[in-house]
Amino acid sequence: MPIELKMPALSPTMEEGTLARWLVKEGDTVSSGDLIAEIETDKATMEFEAVDEGVITQLLVAEGTDGVKVGTVIAVIKGDDDDASAVPKAATPAEAQAPTPPPAVTPAPAPAPAAIAAKSSSDRIIASPLAKRIAANSGINLTGMTGTGPNGRIVKADVEALSGEGRSPVALPAVDPGLRREAPITAAAPVDTDIPHEVVKLSNMRKTIARRLTESKQTVPHIYLTVDVRLDALLKLRGELNASLEARGVKLSVNDMLIKALGLALIQVPKCNVSFAGDNMLQYSRADISVAVSVPTGLITPIVTDAANKSLSKISTEIGELAARAKEGKLQPHEYQGGTASISNMGMMGIKQFEAVINPPQAMIMAIGAGEKRPYIVDDALAIATVMSATGSFDHRAIDGADGAMLMKVFKELVEKPLGLVA
Amino acid sequence: MAENYDLIVLGSGPGGYVAAIRAAQLGLKVAIVERENLGGICLNWGCIPTKALLRSAEIYHYMQHAGDYGLTAANISADIDAVVKRSRGVAKQLNQGVTHLMKKNKITVHMGDGKLTAANKLTVTKDGKTEELTAKNIILATGARARDLPFAPADGKRIWTYRHAMVPPEMPKKLLVIGSGAIGIEFASFYNDMGAEVTVVEMLDRIVPVEDADVSTFLEKALKKQGMTIMTGAGVEELKATASGVSAKIKGKDGKVVGSEFTHCIVAIGIVPNTENIGLEALGVEMDRGFLKTDPMCRTNVPGLWAIGDITAPPWLAHKASHEGVIAAEAIAGGHPHAMDPLNIPGCTYCHPQVASVGMTEAKAKEAGFDVKVGNFPFLGNGKAIALGEAEGFIKTVFDAKTGELLGAHMVGAEVTELIQGYTIGKTAELVEADFMHTVFPHPTLSEMMHESVLGAYGKMLHM
Repeated sequence: MPIELKMPALSPTMEEGTLARWLVKEGDTVSSGDLIAEIETDKATMEFEAVDEGVITQLLVAEGTDGVKVGTVIAVIKGDDDDASAVPKAATPAEAQAPTPPPAVTPAPAPAPAAIAAKSSSDRIIASPLAKRIAANSGINLTGMTGTGPNGRIVKADVEALSGEGRSPVALPAVDPGLRREAPITAAAPVDTDIPHEVVKLSNMRKTIARRLTESKQTVPHIYLTVDVRLDALLKLRGELNASLEARGVKLSVNDMLIKALGLALIQVPKCNVSFAGDNMLQYSRADISVAVSVPTGLITPIVTDAANKSLSKISTEIGELAARAKEGKLQPHEYQGGTASISNMGMMGIKQFEAVINPPQAMIMAIGAGEKRPYIVDDALAIATVMSATGSFDHRAIDGADGAMLMKVFKELVEKPLGLVA
Repeated sequence: MAENYDLIVLGSGPGGYVAAIRAAQLGLKVAIVERENLGGICLNWGCIPTKALLRSAEIYHYMQHAGDYGLTAANISADIDAVVKRSRGVAKQLNQGVTHLMKKNKITVHMGDGKLTAANKLTVTKDGKTEELTAKNIILATGARARDLPFAPADGKRIWTYRHAMVPPEMPKKLLVIGSGAIGIEFASFYNDMGAEVTVVEMLDRIVPVEDADVSTFLEKALKKQGMTIMTGAGVEELKATASGVSAKIKGKDGKVVGSEFTHCIVAIGIVPNTENIGLEALGVEMDRGFLKTDPMCRTNVPGLWAIGDITAPPWLAHKASHEGVIAAEAIAGGHPHAMDPLNIPGCTYCHPQVASVGMTEAKAKEAGFDVKVGNFPFLGNGKAIALGEAEGFIKTVFDAKTGELLGAHMVGAEVTELIQGYTIGKTAELVEADFMHTVFPHPTLSEMMHESVLGAYGKMLHM
């Protein structure tokens, strides 16, 4: 029997992916555990291992093919007693290259019902049977979309608005745009230019970043609170700790200590360790800190779980290991999905102060600027101190200004009197 | 000092009182203004009392056909006064029910004639005394009344509207019913069952003209079999009340005008919205063919002024008014209700056999450009229908061949008014044919025919 290798679901939420690279060629013999392909999802590149033994007789999907649906047959392995001619139906190009969802390229943002907006998590598709049928007929992918029906259900009118196929004789009354719950995603207009350029295809990661940041800025009312924080005590403590940790091969960064400080601050000010969820609010009892890591293809946020209760050395080794794998695109989904708040540090690039975009459904992100020597008033006298500016962005639907300010105050105190970080 | 509310509802019919309850539930301070009876036409002079009358007619019919069921009933007779008395009792009970609901929801009831003096202000006049009320929002729900024949207005003695027909001064012997919409056909059916000789005159080429053509054809046959005379494509040219009855000149399909004598006549040629004398003119409220123009949230063009029910666009049905009442109340309270799709509003006619439908007729669907799949299952193929002795009727479904959308469902036969809701839920939830096929229908019920009809549309019918 020939064995069909199907596009794997590498995370619970994965519905399709890019077949980034084949690591085998037709005719190769593989055995269980051999790496067969690299598959790129919206966040990471993962390796796909063989489970069965045999000879690869066919690679059915070309390298670099986008939007390969989970379950699509991508290769065929011939077992020992096989007749090589018995080969299953090849994935048609239409199946393999299912068009990526059109919302980002739908024409002008029609003021009427541009109904479907991007949604944070792309779990189950919530759509009426009729909407699904029409979408399937018109080749529209509903993954990650939310509609105008009850509880965000995608209904017929939404799909028709999306396909621009107002063909339906059922003229649904135009709904007042002001009544819409979901802000429609603004489509980027196609750019027509004579300036010499090359067109760079968006990676799945870039598409996800674009979608999520747009969603965040359009639906989450941000407020920004900035404090200046003296770093001298923290730097001194870091020097002492590193001297004693040297033997263990651990070197703490300032950022490792700030992660811990943010974790502790969130536990002390639980009103900021929340997610806004429509009619409810989730109040987390553990602080999982997503740490923004720049990678060649964009940005990813590996998570330090329970940062408040981990030792600095543990945080340091964990984040070092996560960041290294993030740069290789090898993070597992559970290592970057979730988190209760984020931290983004641009200090090493000399940025004095900035405001970061919240990463929904989280409700806050801390933006860390460069630590620098600044004139500073100490005991009514001008002195020199090492100071950094930290700016918290808060989801104002969930967090009041005073509570955000309290978090910033606690964070500042933890950094300025850093013994609390090791206690 | 004018009394001030968050919301005033003008009219307490099934649209108005429901809007008031919903708004009160959402925490608004609500008043309702009614000139006559709480509950409006629907439960005092419409839907409910007619159902009570028709129930009597139905039981009378069964008594007359007791032999079909192996039973004997002797000395059967009908006492129209007692039948009407029961009907009034039912209406009264429900009227008190609404009074209780208003009290329970702390809605202030102002009895009297309401008239807008500004978009947020109205006066209520009763027995010469006038009080002024103000509100942030006002919902107009004044309803409609029967349309008169221009040349023969109803007199309540010989020429009736539905309202007179509901409390007849005497049992008509020979009755002319003008108009074969839901109201005309229900009264025709009632009086026919009660023993009157009934003639129905319909201007269009078929009775119940808003229904699917197959339903019209079937119903016409069934009613004729019961002894009714039905004239389609016909018009009443002249109608005069005389001492002993009414004389009519009716122009038939063939163009010939024939004079006929009847003892009574019911005029059921449509409705007129109650838009006069409520102060609309001065406010510049936008109208369309006599009805108020509203958006999907029931707003008129005047800020703060809303309208629901029979004074707005069709269908003019109690349940459409109620649903609009809820939409308007929720929108006023700052919610985001879902707009109503008129194609998901079912309609029911309680003649014998009953008629029920939702969505597009087959002809309308084709006209709209759909490639349709049609299923039709007869009551004759259903065990429960045969056991009931009601093997007359059918259930028809119309699907979009391309998407499997249920475009419409059309039924005629026993209890179909209770069945239509199954399709309405499915249609509202946008189910496709596969969902109906996968649904388990209980046996033995009439609802099994709903399943078979869907299967039939896709060539999978089991019991035919």
